This record gives sequence, C-alpha cells and structure tokens, in this order.
Amino acid sequence: MKFGVLVFPGSNCDRDTYNVIAELAHQPVTFLWHDSENLENCDAIVVPGGFAYGDYLRTGAIARFSPVMQSVQKFAADGGLVLGICNGFQILCESGLLPGALMRNQGLKYICKQVHLRTETTHTPFTQRLTKGQVVKIPIGHMEGNYFCDEATLAALEGEDRIAFRYATSAGEITTEANPNGSIGNIAGVLNEGRNVLGMMPHPDRSSEALLGSSDGLAIFESMVTALAAR
Amino acid sequence: MKPDSLPVASQSATVTPELLAQHNITPEEYQRILSALGRTPSLTELGIYSVMWSEHCSYKSSRVHLKRLPTKSDRVIQGPGENAGIIDVGDGWACAFKIESHNHPSYIEPFQGATTGVGGILRDIFTMGARPLAIMDSLRFGPIVHETNDDTPDELIRKNHSITEGVVSGVASYGNCFGVPNLGGETKFENCYSGNPLVNAFALGMVRREEIFYGKASGIGNPVIYVGAKTGRDGIHGATMASEEFKEGSEQKRPNVQVGDPFMEKLLLEACLEAMQTGAVVGIQDMGAAGLTCSTCEMGARGGVGLDVELDLVPQRATGMTAYEIMLSESQERMLLVAEKGREREILSVFEKWGLDGVIVGEVIGENRLRIRHHGVIVADIPNTSLTDDAPLYHRPVGTWKAPVPLDPPADVLAQLKNNRDYIEDLKTLLSSANICSKRWVHEQYDSMVQTNTVQGPGQEAGVMRIKGTKRALAMALDGNGRWAYLDPRLGAMHAVAESARKVACTGSVPVAATNCLNFGNPEKPEIMAQLSAAIDGIAEACTALGTPITGGNVSLYNETRGEGIYPTPVVGIVGILEDVSKAVRADFKKAGDAVLLLSAPVVTRTDLQREFGSSEYAKTILGVLWGTPPSLDLTHEAALQKCLITLSEEGVLCSARDISDGGIAVALAEACFANSVGAMITLTNPRDTMPLCALFEEGATRVIVTCATSDVERIQSVAGKSGCAATPLGVTAARKLDIRLNGQVVVSEQVADLRQVWAGALESMLYSEVHGSQTPDAMLRS
Repeated sequence: MKFGVLVFPGSNCDRDTYNVIAELAHQPVTFLWHDSENLENCDAIVVPGGFAYGDYLRTGAIARFSPVMQSVQKFAADGGLVLGICNGFQILCESGLLPGALMRNQGLKYICKQVHLRTETTHTPFTQRLTKGQVVKIPIGHMEGNYFCDEATLAALEGEDRIAFRYATSAGEITTEANPNGSIGNIAGVLNEGRNVLGMMPHPDRSSEALLGSSDGLAIFESMVTALAAR
Repeated sequence: MKPDSLPVASQSATVTPELLAQHNITPEEYQRILSALGRTPSLTELGIYSVMWSEHCSYKSSRVHLKRLPTKSDRVIQGPGENAGIIDVGDGWACAFKIESHNHPSYIEPFQGATTGVGGILRDIFTMGARPLAIMDSLRFGPIVHETNDDTPDELIRKNHSITEGVVSGVASYGNCFGVPNLGGETKFENCYSGNPLVNAFALGMVRREEIFYGKASGIGNPVIYVGAKTGRDGIHGATMASEEFKEGSEQKRPNVQVGDPFMEKLLLEACLEAMQTGAVVGIQDMGAAGLTCSTCEMGARGGVGLDVELDLVPQRATGMTAYEIMLSESQERMLLVAEKGREREILSVFEKWGLDGVIVGEVIGENRLRIRHHGVIVADIPNTSLTDDAPLYHRPVGTWKAPVPLDPPADVLAQLKNNRDYIEDLKTLLSSANICSKRWVHEQYDSMVQTNTVQGPGQEAGVMRIKGTKRALAMALDGNGRWAYLDPRLGAMHAVAESARKVACTGSVPVAATNCLNFGNPEKPEIMAQLSAAIDGIAEACTALGTPITGGNVSLYNETRGEGIYPTPVVGIVGILEDVSKAVRADFKKAGDAVLLLSAPVVTRTDLQREFGSSEYAKTILGVLWGTPPSLDLTHEAALQKCLITLSEEGVLCSARDISDGGIAVALAEACFANSVGAMITLTNPRDTMPLCALFEEGATRVIVTCATSDVERIQSVAGKSGCAATPLGVTAARKLDIRLNGQVVVSEQVADLRQVWAGALESMLYSEVHGSQTPDAMLRS
C-alpha cells in the first residue's frame, strides 16, 4: 500500500500531508512531481493544499492541465482513491473530477480557524471510520472555499448521498452562523459518483494530532488505509 | 572601441549640488566619495554610494550606539552583521530569526509595502539555509475611531482604516501563499502613527547546525550566479526613500515601492534550499534593500574579495535599462550566490527544475572591489569597504529628551480618579477599545497553521512551535509600547524586553535571545538621538539582566511626516526554548474550580502609582489624558518571576499563565475567561484604598495571573518563595461569570459572555463603522 502526494510549484501543505501519512498513519508515501505523468504505482493519491502555480488566475485553473493531473484523471476513472484537500479540492473541481466550483469566501477575506463539521455519510472509503452525524473539529484556511453548484447537481449530491461533510455547530446543527464561507447547503466536502474521489476544504492534515488542537482528521487517512487494505 | 578601453574615470557624472541632493548625499559625504575613488564618480557609482550610505543600509546614525548591545551567549552562533542572527536550540538544530521594518513603503502603498516587508524578512531567513517556521508582525496605525479628547479629522480616520486594511491583507496575502504560519504579534493604534504606520515583520526559521550558509564570497574565479525574479525598474531608491522624512507629495513615490510575488518567493525558497543541498554553494545573499548593489559589495567585503559582474547577463523585465537602474532596482524575490567553480551545472539545474532564472553573471576576483560592467564597459569600480565598513559613521549630537506632558495628574483628573465609578462600564470600554479588543479580524486572515507545528497561535501570550522529530518547541513574542518609550525612552525600552520575555516565560519556555526593531524620528534632531540612545541603553540593560542577547535587527529612522515624529518605538522580539512541548502553558482559564494566584515581585513598592497611571491604557482611552511615567521595573524581580514561571511549568502544576499588561488586572482576568467561557470569583485588596480604580486598571510590570489545581497552591507558593517571588491567592475560577471584589466591595459582576461580546467584535465594527456605514462586507453581501 503506497500513498502519493502531488507537488505543484506553490503547493505548501505537501510536506504536512506527507508527514501525517508517514508518521501518524504509518504508511509508505512518496511525493509526485507535477511535471511527470508517472504515479509510481501509488494506491491512493492526495492532492494537497497550497497555491498551485501561484493561483493568480482562478484557483486550480492551471493545475488541471499539468501532466500529473492527466494521470490522476485516469487513475480516478479506474477507481483509484483520490483525496483533495483545500487547494486540492479546487483542483479536482477544475479538473471535472468533482462537480461544482469554489468561489471567493462570502466575507471576501482569507479565513483560518478551527471549524466543526458534521459527518454526512460513512459509506465512503474516506469516512468509514467515522459515524454518521459525528461532529469533527477540523480547521479551514482558505480564500476561495465558498462551494457552489446548480440546483440539479445539488439534488443529485443530496439524493446520491455524496455530501461527505457540512459545516456545523459543535452540537452538530447546520446553521448560517456555522457556515464560515457561504457554501451552498453548508457543504464542506463532496464525493464523485464512484465515491472514490473526495474533495474537502477543511484540512485533516492539520488536525491529526491532539498537540495541534485536534486529532479528528486522522480518521480520514485511517479510513483510506482500511479501504485499501480491504481491496 | 574595445569594451574595456573606455575607463570608468572618463564617465564622470556632472556633479551638481542638485544631483547630490537628489541622491541624499551631503557635500561632506561627496568629498569622502572623491577620496575613496581618487576621482569623480560615474552616475552609476554615485547611485551605488547613495543607497549604500543611506541611513537604511549604513546605520550611520545608530551604529556607534548599537555597539552597546549585548550580543553574545553560549547559544549565539551568529550575532548582528549577517542576514539574520542564529542560535543553537539543541539536537543539532539552530534557528535563524530577525525583525525588520517596512514602515515607509507601507504608508505610501499599504498592501505592497506590507507584502514586500514579509518577503524581505523571509529571504533574510532562508538565505542562511533555514526553512522559515513562523512569522509574526508588530503593526502600529493611527486611530481608527475617535476616543476621548481625540480631535483626529474624520478624513484621517478613514485613511487609517484603509492603511490598516491594506497592511493586514498584504501581510496575509504574502505569508499565506508562501506557506509560513503567522502567529500574530501586536496591532496597536495611537495618534502619532497616523502619517507614519509601523510595519515590523519578524521571521524565524530552522536549520541544521552544520548546514548554515553565510553571505560571504570566496574562491577567486568562482562563478557568481543570479537567481530568481527578473530585474525591473521597481523600487529604485527604496532605501533612500526610507531614509527621509515624509513631506507633501510623498505619495508620489509610489513607484519606489516594490511589488511582491509570494509564489515566486516560494519557488525561490524551495530551489535555494535544494541548491544548498548539492554542496556546491559557497555563499548566498538575498537582494533586498539596495538590491544587486548591496548583495555584490557586501558578499565581497565579508570575504575580503571582489565581485566582477556583467549587467548584460542579469535577467531583465524591462528593455533598455541603464546600469544605474539595474544596480539600484529593488525588484523582489532575487538572490545572488557564489558557487564552486566547475559545479555550476548542479546548481543551475535545480533552478531550471523550479522554473526560475539562474544565470552566471560574473566571478569572484582577488581585489577587494566592486566591479560592474555594462555592455562590456566598466561602469563602476569601487573599493568594497568604502561602501560597507568604511561608510560614514556619525556621532550625531545627543540632546536631552523630556516628554512635554505633566508628571502629575491634572487636578480635575485626580478628582475624577478618586470618585467611585461604574467599573463594569469602564472595563467594557477598555475591552472594546482598539488596543485591547480581540484582534481576531486580523489573525483569521493569516494562515496560522500551515506546516503543522503550531502548538500556540495568535491570541496566546507567545507563539509556540514544536520542532518535528524532537520533544522541544520554540516560543516567540513581540512587544513594544511607544507611549511608554515617549514618556521615558530607556524605561520604555526595558519594558519592551521584559514584557516580551515574560510572555515567552508564561508558556513555560526559557527566553534565550532577542532581536530588535528601533523605530524613531529624524536622527538629525538631538532630542531624537537622545531617545534612540536612551532606548538602546534600556534594551542593553534589560537584555543583559534577562539573559537574552540581541542577535540582529533593524533601525528605522526618519519616521516623521511633515516634521511630526512618531513616539520612539523600540519593538523587541524574544525567542525561547521549551524542553518538553507537552508542558506548554496556555493563557486561558481551563475550567471552573481552579485556584487563581497573582505571581509578582515579593514586595510591591509602587510609590508613584498616580504618576504611573498616566501612561496606562485607561488614561489614554477613558480619560484621554497623558501624564507621568511608565510603570517602574526591577529587572532582578523580573528575572526571578520568569524563572519561577519556568520552574512551575516544568513541574507541570500550571493550568494557565497570563501576563498583566494593557488595561491592568481587570482586563487580564476578563481575557483569561473568554476562550473557554470560564469565569472567576476574585478578591483584591488594595492597601492604599485611595484609588480603587488604579487597583483594577494600573499596568504595573512583573505580574502574572496563574491558575492551578487547588491542591497545588502550596506547591506554587513554595516555589515562588524559593525563586524570590510572591504568589498571592486571588480566588477561584467559576462557571460563566466574572466577579471581582475590591476591599470587600463588589466592583465587577458580569457574565463572561457579555464581556466577551464587546471585546470580540469591536475591531471589525470600528473598521467598518465609518467607511461603510454600519455594515461589514460580510453583512453587505448577505443583504
């Protein structure tokens, strides 16, 4: 079982993600350079946070054209596990691997803080070690995290149980106050139709150790390990 | 004509008094240039001298005084004089850190001024081979709201809003994209900063002891390599601009402010660290103030060699740039390095991988000269040391300074102080004042968590970063109080050191080293030199007493607009080491039922409380009057208190520790309640019950509120006694309500949630109240 963490020029959570997989989930992991189509036989791919190619255009708009993303497209189509965190989520949306788009936060400012998420489904390789309705504390750090999709897509996401997390209060209520960025339906993370691709704005890589304020995010990496072991 | 056949001597500039004035060079300094060169300078040479001899680069007014600072200890690996100071932190790790100002550019163009301030200090860190671990900043702006007795025009308040907003988003934008956590720092507001905001950026990075790099050239024949962004016409004369006062029309200097590109800097970081790993890098220095000029002559001077550079080879963003422009450009995100001859390829291929320019532009020569060619012709040929070590050094007249305010409170104010007041209302006014209120609006715009090392981020006493792979952590804090330094520069500067170190000690960390940023007015005025000299004495004394040598920093003078100077503002950054990160102490009450104690000096001899109260936030915010002196400070007691805090944290008995600072004990108690919604029942006794107000809001130093399990109270008192401190029980933490009794009378009794509400949203509502009506952008979008 081997994880691959993509590295774009401007990625800055690549080392954080690598560290969690290697030191806390105790799995083999390697960096994959943006300029290569070779996924080095990885069993799961993580697209980390940061500012790929500087993101001076629209977030993720350039990254989708990188050689490595062409391979990730094929990898996902073949059922491979792909997790996109923050900028990674934006890149997966731009690549068409996930529906919808991430707009500028409603308050127009970058926001970095701890938030609470309610686990909406556990029927995924990414959340199977959580329980449905479980509230997890996982921080956000983004300028463009305001998730949007059209009504038909939203209906499909809801109907097909493809919303993984919603922003919630610590008691698990879905309220406007608990929504940090204006996302439609308080959506914090969504799945593709095949349920093998998850994109989420909050950072499980930053919440995998109690020392840093929360270890709730580790369950997402551990779920992936469990899912891969069962394959 | 053959390239070398036109001697630089024949390119003599027509030097007129106007030309010298434009270059901020005095007639005496010009005579020095003539004797250093033995001939008339070319225009390019004149430009090079003007930037290298500017106050910003040469420290010509401050150098003789800076020599009085303590700079050595067992931990100091690199003191002042390099791009950053370096200390040993154990387990083979060292840390590089420094604070630097970007005041002038941030007034002219707040967003870009702030971004390039952050970018500059980050390059200073990674040029030493260190990966930046954290940044913090100390920001000072003019008032953003009218306070008592404040007649700031509305127009200026609005301008201060936009400067505040621009600077904060600039800091955020650069640090977030670069990928370094910002642990907060200070954000203060005071009238004197209206025309002259202070943006002081601190950065700290980690490097293996054996992998430190220096800005020193060596090895005759070794290639000089230019890497990073292309050179454009931006920022020409930025260093000179930062060495003048602002006058009417200074806004037109906007083109002198550089533009930051954090993505480029991120690539430069990764490429430089990777290039250093090849082992083929001999020396490296960033191009900051005075750009290519500074890096070429300083690297040569440090190594006792020279650099011979052909400007045609320098990657350029604009066509037709002159040698003068290329040498003086302050385009950002550029580095100069010297490589081992024959191993150029190894380095250049790293920069190719990261998509960056990497070009051999010259070589190291044996003569200790800066030799610059353009189109093959030598356009500058200057002895290096005349630009660096032999730059002008001024013993400027040091006058006397006495703040033009009374020592004792005015009679009407004194009467007001002695009356009974609504203390809850006063407490709320302070909690919602610009200086004391929550800085959440600032801090949430900063990525404080990237790199996954942040154990304590913004809002705590100090930032605490774990060092991966070890049990250790580093703590860091910034502090300064311009108002105190204005009333007494020496004592005010001592407080900056003491409070910054105290904040670090509150987390349980041992303060080990310091960096300083000295923000002052025009040094040509003897009273300003008096402030600077006294402040340096104060820093020297406090740093010696607290065991925190200065390893570097920055002096920013000429902080004046239309002849009005800022308060003298020494800002001090302290770095501390925490041996066991799991023992880090936070500043917030943890839970109800813990004992609350005041840790302080054993005998509180506060003879001049009435005078000291005149320097408090209460006097500023609520009374609108300034008088008196800063609080007194006994450095022996301060050292004892900090040692006591560290011992208590090692023993694991502290549940929280919070420094008593702006707003006094009442504000400190309230703030300790907020994070976890824990209240407290507190009993204070005031031996001289003349002014209950002072007991609540005075800002005497060397005082910390700690909490512990009730069973540990005796233990704490015993440790305090042995350390030479006092630990006075004040009460217990309680559920949801803060009660303070003073001499038996209830003076504060309020729900924590109500106190928190006025504190939490105040900054946002001040910033958006007058500019955009009463709506925040968030509210505008929602409506």
